[in-house]
Formats: sequence, structure tokens, C-alpha cells
Amino acid sequence: MLKTLEDSSRLNGETGQQLLILEGLKKHFEVGGNFLKKNKEYLKAVDGINLTVNSGETLGIVGESGCGKSTLGNLIMGLLKPTEGKIIFDGLEISSLKEKELKKKRTDFQMIFQDPFSSLNPRMRLFDIIAEPLITHLKLDKKELERRVFELMDDVGLDPTYSNRFPHEFSGGQRQRIGIARALALKPKLIVCDEPVSALDVSIQAQILNLLSSIQKKYQLTYIFIAHGLPAVKHFSDRIGVMYLGDLVELTTKEQLFKRPMHPYTAGLLASVPISSPTLRNSRKNVGIEGDIPSPVNPPSGCKFHTRCPIATQKCKDVLPEFTKKESGHFVACHFPY
Amino acid sequence: MWKYLAKRLLQIPPVLFIVTIMIFVLVYIAGDPVATMLPADASPEEIAQFRHALGFDEPFYVQFGNYILDLLRGDFGESYQYGTSALGLVLERLPATLELATASMIIAILIAIPLGILSAVKPNTFIDFFATSFSVLGKAIPNFWLGIMLILVFSVTLKVLPVSGTGSYAHIVLPAITLGTAMSAEITRLVRSSMLEILHQDYIRTARSKGLKYSAVVIKHAFKNSLVPVITITFLQAAALVGGSLITEMIFAWPGLGQLIIQAVYAKDLPIIQAAVFVTASMIIFINILTDIMYRVLDPRIKFN
Repeated sequence: MLKTLEDSSRLNGETGQQLLILEGLKKHFEVGGNFLKKNKEYLKAVDGINLTVNSGETLGIVGESGCGKSTLGNLIMGLLKPTEGKIIFDGLEISSLKEKELKKKRTDFQMIFQDPFSSLNPRMRLFDIIAEPLITHLKLDKKELERRVFELMDDVGLDPTYSNRFPHEFSGGQRQRIGIARALALKPKLIVCDEPVSALDVSIQAQILNLLSSIQKKYQLTYIFIAHGLPAVKHFSDRIGVMYLGDLVELTTKEQLFKRPMHPYTAGLLASVPISSPTLRNSRKNVGIEGDIPSPVNPPSGCKFHTRCPIATQKCKDVLPEFTKKESGHFVACHFPY
Repeated sequence: MWKYLAKRLLQIPPVLFIVTIMIFVLVYIAGDPVATMLPADASPEEIAQFRHALGFDEPFYVQFGNYILDLLRGDFGESYQYGTSALGLVLERLPATLELATASMIIAILIAIPLGILSAVKPNTFIDFFATSFSVLGKAIPNFWLGIMLILVFSVTLKVLPVSGTGSYAHIVLPAITLGTAMSAEITRLVRSSMLEILHQDYIRTARSKGLKYSAVVIKHAFKNSLVPVITITFLQAAALVGGSLITEMIFAWPGLGQLIIQAVYAKDLPIIQAAVFVTASMIIFINILTDIMYRVLDPRIKFN
């Protein structure tokens, strides 16, 4: 694992300005412990992640359910306190900020949530939902506030006549547009999209992805795009990171990852993507991943993937592979990369 | 909204009519009160004469018909004990009961809501354990014991509050605390569980990510959304109070409906019992309508129809 800032900054595809740096980030949750039990158990949701996000890029984060990708998103947003490690945003270490200072900084990073149905307060009207961050952080007069809210609604394709409606009166796609407008309200630099389309109909997913893409240009946004499957991030991301049981196991450009995955887990994920053409399907080597993801409470020793890895050896069971650069901009944590 | 309200108001008369029938039937089954009203050494002739004078010797349908006709004129008959209008006597006692009910509700809410919110925001901490113990005790301690203990401490030993009766604001404090703590126990638990559920909702995370103060998140986003079940139980308890609290009113000699009803029951004073039950039923119907309207105000997803 990389330990210093210099090392981790190398992760940064070597170009562009670094907006977000994660250094040895960990989040362990206490589970099943009570005051009678001395040996508390910990769920290692995020277990030492080093990552750099460049300004203006879209970084995809992919992994199975329970790999810690949403926890990572919540950590970056300051919604959870890290157990260990640093989050440096725009040159400022936000992980050590006091709650009050963090609140001021929240204008710069926002999140779009997975479930557009439960992530909006059912008692608030659309206008108030979008206006609340503006009222909280800026002192705007009524006219200016209205102008900003209606401009945001226009940007995300919501008719201004909807401003007095409640969330339950909207469809899933429209609700996600509300969530996007709310996230955009303070003109943030970074938006963490936590599976923003997985709860939507396929026909709506494309609309929302296109919308995210167009506002990225307009607002010059940096995205961290969390998804549970590679196809979802394929068209959208510049670089993709693959997570497994709280660790980042591979990180590289989209092209590299799809052309030449180095980690057996990534290769397995790619192999499990359904292929519509029968000829192509038959020609593919069967390297899919078998078995279930182990519990993050007591993760396997050494390389956490060794229990499901087709090429695992004794070394993999004993020694944790370091997350290192194998070739230009291609990072992988594996003793025997493909 | 108005259409809904009109519909609900139109439902009141039939419900009240059914209530009155039930009151009459129950009283009829219980037997006529003549024997208890006359002295023990009254002769059978005297009893028969008295029974005839009050109409208790008529067949059921005649008695019922007379009862309904009187009722339509708003006449519940005259109290056997006092010889004056039963409804008048009940309405005379109603303000004292409502006063005590309101004061108890205020005390219950003032205790329950902050305590419930705090224990939900900081679950499994000292404040949470305190709130739980308070609720268990509040529910377990009977009113007559708490009432007497409060009198012992505040009236007899400390001499800061009056023992019983009415006349000043000080008089209402002890009976209101007696009733309020028992009610707050239930409400506290409900606020806590309701808040705990809401605090784990996604939109609370959304509110936090907006950078709101945590207190604003708790009050504006969580507490307001947790109110629907809380309102239900609070108003149900209020409904239980408007009928008068028999024990507490007796302990503190509070001149409310409870006392009147108990005395009426002992004396088999049927007109008073009938009038009191009728008035209480009307109040409960009113409170139920109020509860339904509150739901709509609190949760825009609930529609009037």
C-alpha cells in the first residue's frame, strides 16, 4: 500500500490538476459488539484506499454489492468520519475539519444519491428542496433565489410550473432530476454520483446519463461515478477504479481496463458482462468469477480475492499485494497480474 | 379540503345516534334505579308508584321512543340527585375537565418530544437509558400512587402547592403532572422509535449533504416527518382524557366530569350518565376528525378522500 502523498499523487494519470486525493483511507464499522464482549469485530468497509481524482475528469468506481463503494462516496462527502487516512480536497484536508468548517466547504462537493424515491424529503416542495442549500449557504434575496432555482430547474429539464409540487407527484426520472438540480445548486466542483441510474427504468437511464454529461460541460464538474457493473460506467468514465472488499484492486483508463485488464477480478467482471452476439459469446474464454463475496467482517488473509481467484497461490494467501504502477497510468494490486 | 370536512361533519349525527342507542340499551339492561333511589324501608306500593312516575314500568319501545324524542329536543332529563338538567350539569363540569386535559397534554408533550428526540439522536447513551427508564416507570406507576406521592412531597412536606381543589393555576399543577407523566411515557417511546426510523432515511443524508446544521436536519427534516404516528397516539390519549379522569379527579377533588360520573354511577343517576357519555362521545368524534386533518397537514402524501 502506498503511504506517502508523493507516492499516491503518482496515481494521478500524470496530467491535469488534482482535485481530490485520498490517502490510506479507512472506514471500519463496529459490529456485533456490546459492552460485555471484549473482542469487538469490525466491518472493514473501506480498508486503505489511495486515489487521486483530477479536475474535470470522470472517475468510475466499480465493485460488487458490499465492496465499500458507497461508503467511499459517503466518506468523500464527509457524511462519515474516516477511521484512518486523509481526504484532501482542493489542497485542503477535509477529513480533519471541524463540523462547522466542513459545512462551509460542502458547497464544493455534492452527491447524487442512488434512490430518487427515498432521498427526497416527502414533506418539502420541489422549490424548497432545491432552494434549501442556497438558503443555507448564501444570503440571497427572494428574487435572486427564485431566479437561481428556476435556472437550475431549467438546466435539468424540469418545467418551472412544477416548483410547487411534492416529490411523490414525480416519476423516478424526474425525481432524479430534482436530486441533480439540488446537487448543482451551489455550483460544486465535485459531484459523487452514487449509482444515480440504477433505480431507474432503462429508457430513463440514458436520459439521465446524457443530462449528467451535458451539465458536466456546462458547470465544469468533476465526477466520481459509482456503479456496480462495468457497463454502467463504460461510456461515461475517463478512468475506472475497481474495488473489492474495501480495497482498490485496479485503476486505469477506460480503454486500458477494457482492452487489457490486469487483475483477475477485473477480468472476471468483464467476462461476466452479458454478450448479445452468440458467436462472440462462444468464442470468449470462461473466466467468470465463482462463489460469493466473502464477509468484510473477517476478510480473507493476504490478497482478499484469493478465495475466488483462478490463479491464486500460497503467496496470495499470505502476502497482501501492494497497489502499484505496472505501466503508464495502470495500477493494480496483484502478485501475478495478467 | 372543505368537501372532506363537510363529509366528515355529516358523519357525526349517525355516529352519535348509534352511541345514544347503545347508551340506552346498556342502561336498560342494567335495570331501573328506583330501588336505590328510595329509602331502604320503602313499601312495594311506594316503589311501584315511583317507578310509574319515572316511566320505568312502560314497555321497552315506549321508553326508548320517549328517550329519543327527548334527546331530539336536547333533553337528557333531570338528574335524580340534583333535580336539574342532566346535560346542564355535565356541561358545567366540562370546562374543568378540558382544562385539566389540556394542561396534562401540554406537560406530556413538553416531556415526551425533547426526551424522545434526544434518545433517538443519541441512542444507547445515558440520555436514552434515562428516557427508557422514565417511560417504563411512567407507564408502570399507577396514577393514584403518583398523585398521593406528589401531594405528600409538594403539598404536605414542601408546602409549595395546594393539596386539592381548584381556584388558581397552582391547583392544576399536581393533577396535570400526575396525568401528564403517564401519557408522556408512551409518547416518548413513540417519538424515539419514529425518529430512529426517519433518521435512517436517505433524505436525511441528503439534508446533511446540503450542509444544514444537524439540529436543523433533526427538527426540520426528521422530526416533522416522524409526527404522523406521534399525532395518532397523542390524540388518542387526549380522547381518553376528555371523558374525565376518574381516579386523578377524585384524588385532587378536581370538579370535572370524572367525579360527576362516579357519583352518578353510585346513585344510578341515569340522565347524568347518559348525558356524560353523549358529551364524551361527541368530543372523541371531534378529536378524531381533528387527527385526520392533522395527518393531511403533516404529510402531503395523504389526500382528503
